[in-house]
Amino acid sequence: MNFSHLINKLSAVFWFVLLAVPTASHAVLTIEIIGGGASQTPIAIAPFRAEDGLAQKITPVVAADLARSGLFKIIDAGGMVPMPYEPDQVNYPQWRARGAEAVVIGTVTLLPDGRYDIRFRLMDAVKQTQLAGFVYFATAAQLRLTAHKIADVIYQKLTGDAGVFATRITYIVKKGKRFELHVADADGYGAQTVLASNEPIISPAWSPDGTRLAYVSFEQKKPVVYVQSLTTGGRQAVANFWGSNSAPAWAPDGRRLAVTLTKDGGSQLYLINADGSGTPTRLTTNSAIDTEPNFSPDGQSIIFTSDRGGSPQIYRVAASGGQPQRLTFEGSYNVSPRHSPDGKSFTFIQRNGNRYSVAVQDFASRQVQALTDGGIDESPSFAPNSKMILYASEVRGRGILAAVSSDGRVKQRFTEDAGDVREPAWGPLISK
Amino acid sequence: MKKLIAGLLLLAGVLAGCSSTPTKEQDGAAVEDRSPSAEAPAKPATKPSDSGVTSKPLGTSSVSANPLKDPNNILSKRSIYFDYDSNIIKDEYKPVVTAHAKYLSQNRAAKVAVQGNTDERGSREYNLALGQRRADAVKQMMQLLGAGAAQIEPVSFGEEKPRAQGSSETAFSENRRADIVYQGE
Repeated sequence: MNFSHLINKLSAVFWFVLLAVPTASHAVLTIEIIGGGASQTPIAIAPFRAEDGLAQKITPVVAADLARSGLFKIIDAGGMVPMPYEPDQVNYPQWRARGAEAVVIGTVTLLPDGRYDIRFRLMDAVKQTQLAGFVYFATAAQLRLTAHKIADVIYQKLTGDAGVFATRITYIVKKGKRFELHVADADGYGAQTVLASNEPIISPAWSPDGTRLAYVSFEQKKPVVYVQSLTTGGRQAVANFWGSNSAPAWAPDGRRLAVTLTKDGGSQLYLINADGSGTPTRLTTNSAIDTEPNFSPDGQSIIFTSDRGGSPQIYRVAASGGQPQRLTFEGSYNVSPRHSPDGKSFTFIQRNGNRYSVAVQDFASRQVQALTDGGIDESPSFAPNSKMILYASEVRGRGILAAVSSDGRVKQRFTEDAGDVREPAWGPLISK
Repeated sequence: MKKLIAGLLLLAGVLAGCSSTPTKEQDGAAVEDRSPSAEAPAKPATKPSDSGVTSKPLGTSSVSANPLKDPNNILSKRSIYFDYDSNIIKDEYKPVVTAHAKYLSQNRAAKVAVQGNTDERGSREYNLALGQRRADAVKQMMQLLGAGAAQIEPVSFGEEKPRAQGSSETAFSENRRADIVYQGE
């Protein structure tokens, strides 16, 4: 059983801060991996030429990304003489002797304009051929991102699925009576506080292009839905109607949101414009609770939680409205549904007795699989490659983030050294 | 069926509330002598819109008493507690809801938020909707007793603003609650 620990530390840096100015935080998300994939590809990552001089080395980040996925076994590259940087320098029998099936090599060159030229190649150690080769031009501040992009290419080449190491996550940290909305890299690094408030913040949701967050803030003594730009920091209340406003979910076009409003009595689903303009369009009409909407990737339908049948269950309705159809039948409490980005399944929280666990249900077969043992698991959301699910859990009364592979085999735990972490959401793939 | 029963219980509650508090209603005059702090700002001391009702100074001791803050007045009670997974207003809280409904019906400029809360178990967003249902139940009863719909905004805090911390049944029951908060408070 593969069991490894990755301890990485970096002081958080704030880009910008809204509302009251939060005190500088040194909070760090540390990731612990439990379990591993059914098969792990043994891969050696040779240190890149001249990366020793970098403030941020490339290859340790690549190795950590691949190891964290649970799908790779990192083969020690130490002591290889000479260390290969170009394809013709790779001594394949030596790498094969160490068990490697793939070898990553590369170089770093400082350019006259201060940027770095970073080249890497992924070599098949068995067939002795090149599987991929790319060159990146990066500033010093972009070195970690470049490493994540390299890991994405390797992951994609060797597993066939898109890599998600260069994506970001958002989550909320409660520190005493303060609430902070954070955005961090998918590996927990570089956390920035994008909003701080003395009132609760819940339900952050990424816009499809990853440039905006919708969330619910209680700063006006009631739940109000805001949309905030991550590029400018500007924010706007987009649903602030009589009563409560909550549960924002982006349409794939990025122009509309599904939300839960109570302005007409009861908690019901509406569609609004993401810029707050116009009048809400009512989507469901009944006397039960309808909430937690989530758009299908094609934008055609919405899954949501409703207690119209007497207990909270997952339903699906066309994005144009109409008669909802019930999707979950096992158990008396199934909530918080989120589509997988490939559209084939949805994740949700199911309650068994006093235990709340992350489950997935396949749309076609209706097969349900529980992925976690349950404790107090909440707020599941898929990674953009549909392979991992990020969720909130609790350890000794403290909120933590955790992730589980969609087959349940690989588990990761993110722990923050200060505060209570909750309400995570995995951001989209960003092209470029 | 469940809703029908809930509706009947609510109606029964309204009737019980009406008939069980006549003595409190005699305090209506005192309620009418409201302090400025309970009102929206910049209102005249006398309110011409309420026909036949005028406020005038009484003796020195009682004039400054704000019935909403007077611990001896039922209007100082602001919390309605609920059973697990329930939005039924229990008999013991009907006099409180009734008193506030009466106050609102006699003070048309007064506005309240009814803030629904839940315990921490389960989905945050679903709990927000459950808290809303509690706030809606209080609003509905107040409206049936004569308060104006526009005077009462039912909102929910769900599990986000627990009054009692911790995961004990004592904490849970303290947090299954709706609070009546007057505008400006």
